[in-house]
Amino acid sequence: MNGLLMGIYLFVLALLLGSELISKVPPTLHTPLMSGANAVSGITIVGALWAAHSGSPASNILGFLAVVMATINVVGGFAVTDRMLKMFGRKR
Amino acid sequence: MKTLITFAYLVAAIFFIYGIKKLSLVRTARIGNAYSAAGMLIAVVVTLVDIGKVDYTFILAGLIVGSAIGLYTAMKVEMTAMPQMVAVFNGFGGGASALVSLSVFWKYVVDVSATGVAADILGANTAVTMALGILIGAVTFTGSFVAFAKLQGLIPGKPILFPGRHLLNLLLLLAGIAAGVYFAFMAPAPGISTLAFLALFVLSLALGVFLVTPIGGADMPVVISLLNSYSGIAASMAGFVIGNNLLIISGALVGASGLILTNIMCKAMNRSLVNVLFGGFGAEAEKDSGGGSSEYKNVKDYGPEEAFLMFDAAQTIVIVPGYGLAVAQAQHEIKELASILQKQGKDVKYGIHPVAGRMPGHMNVLLAEANVPYELLYDMESINPEFQNTDLVLVVGANDVVNPAAQDRKGSPIYGMPILEVFKAQSVLVVKRSLSPGFAGIKNELFENDNTFMLFGDAKKVLKELISEAKSVSV
Repeated sequence: MNGLLMGIYLFVLALLLGSELISKVPPTLHTPLMSGANAVSGITIVGALWAAHSGSPASNILGFLAVVMATINVVGGFAVTDRMLKMFGRKR
Repeated sequence: MKTLITFAYLVAAIFFIYGIKKLSLVRTARIGNAYSAAGMLIAVVVTLVDIGKVDYTFILAGLIVGSAIGLYTAMKVEMTAMPQMVAVFNGFGGGASALVSLSVFWKYVVDVSATGVAADILGANTAVTMALGILIGAVTFTGSFVAFAKLQGLIPGKPILFPGRHLLNLLLLLAGIAAGVYFAFMAPAPGISTLAFLALFVLSLALGVFLVTPIGGADMPVVISLLNSYSGIAASMAGFVIGNNLLIISGALVGASGLILTNIMCKAMNRSLVNVLFGGFGAEAEKDSGGGSSEYKNVKDYGPEEAFLMFDAAQTIVIVPGYGLAVAQAQHEIKELASILQKQGKDVKYGIHPVAGRMPGHMNVLLAEANVPYELLYDMESINPEFQNTDLVLVVGANDVVNPAAQDRKGSPIYGMPILEVFKAQSVLVVKRSLSPGFAGIKNELFENDNTFMLFGDAKKVLKELISEAKSVSV
């Protein structure tokens, strides 16, 4: 199986798996779910890291901007989700 | 080594999946988020190992700058501003995916002055997913920032309807697709190909702006959910471009989550997605509200002292908070009032409509911030059967979501929308600034009911008055 077909397989299966997982999340947690999922979409940082070292200045600067944006997405997303969930679990 | 790295990516994917799974319970949600973060850390470390020893200047600089900005924003943001912040982070995610495509293109086509068409140089798959990555990523980027500007009040939240907007957006999309196809299969590299690619980029950025601008502030929850989904799909496309399965899987997980939340929001607002995206809902309602049908008769205007007597007589109380509570930043006051009532031995619960607040589940976060135990928060399905056994409902800053017209007025724009059936309770006390209509722009007959009493004023101020009444009774 070539890479593209494999990729499409994984894409479709992950969409279905995602739907199953998300539909079990209660409304109470929808905001943390959204910001947490958002942080996961920052996985594009992997591509950004590859892009940031490739050689020519133009390509590197594009890659650098991609790393900055993806890192904001990842770090900010996980941190703010944790901040919210900490409030949910607080002992009273 | 390559095999090991591929397996490490699989481990990261497993962490994401378990992380999301654990988000389905309040008890395990925090550890779930930590799982996802651990998965991300694994992915980053493995990628750095895979890249090997290179010039790390740009990588390190990017990681440090990004982490600093991300952490600072995440720690500083007010909980009421959460929707804007999710929109911004979302935009950055989409933008990063677009830039990855752009950078890969630069590396393999421009830098080496490759000749031929992109599909021959990069392979047809890569060329096509690259174009899609740019399109979706760039739309997510600018669309998210317009959504942010609306939510933050930098531009008017009202739908900005310009003539021919559907045609313009259609033309932009078609032009973008044409540029993408031309880029992938026809444009000779490097010169013309680069132009076509940049044209696609600019067209997509413009499309993001013009798609979101006409949509009203009240519909932003749907828009944010949808853009969240796009940012996931954009990450998947970046995965196809660089041939990385982890990106494809994780992007698809996020894509699915965004789509499901979009669907939930649409149902809760009684709108179809098409209607949200193309309807300009709030703008039409604005015109209708000028009609004579919005006049109120028989409204009982209470002061805090009279209102408090109702609390005194009630044993079972349900609090229904709406967006007005969030605007007035009165979540701490409502919690204080509820605590006093509970100390007096009363049964107090909260009924939360799915669209209370500015994004799915937003009200729950605001109440959690004010230390309201989540066990007291009931969603619509579980609180509705309880209203008939409730002595008093306190509605704070909510309007359309408690409007009985959704159930008994066939012609109403909100007919069919699921609502909190507060009218079934013994009596209803509504804290509201005025009788002005909510987002749907229609009259609420609940306010005229015999058992409904209005308490006009800013939610925070009114609740403070109620609290001091309650305290004077307690001692």
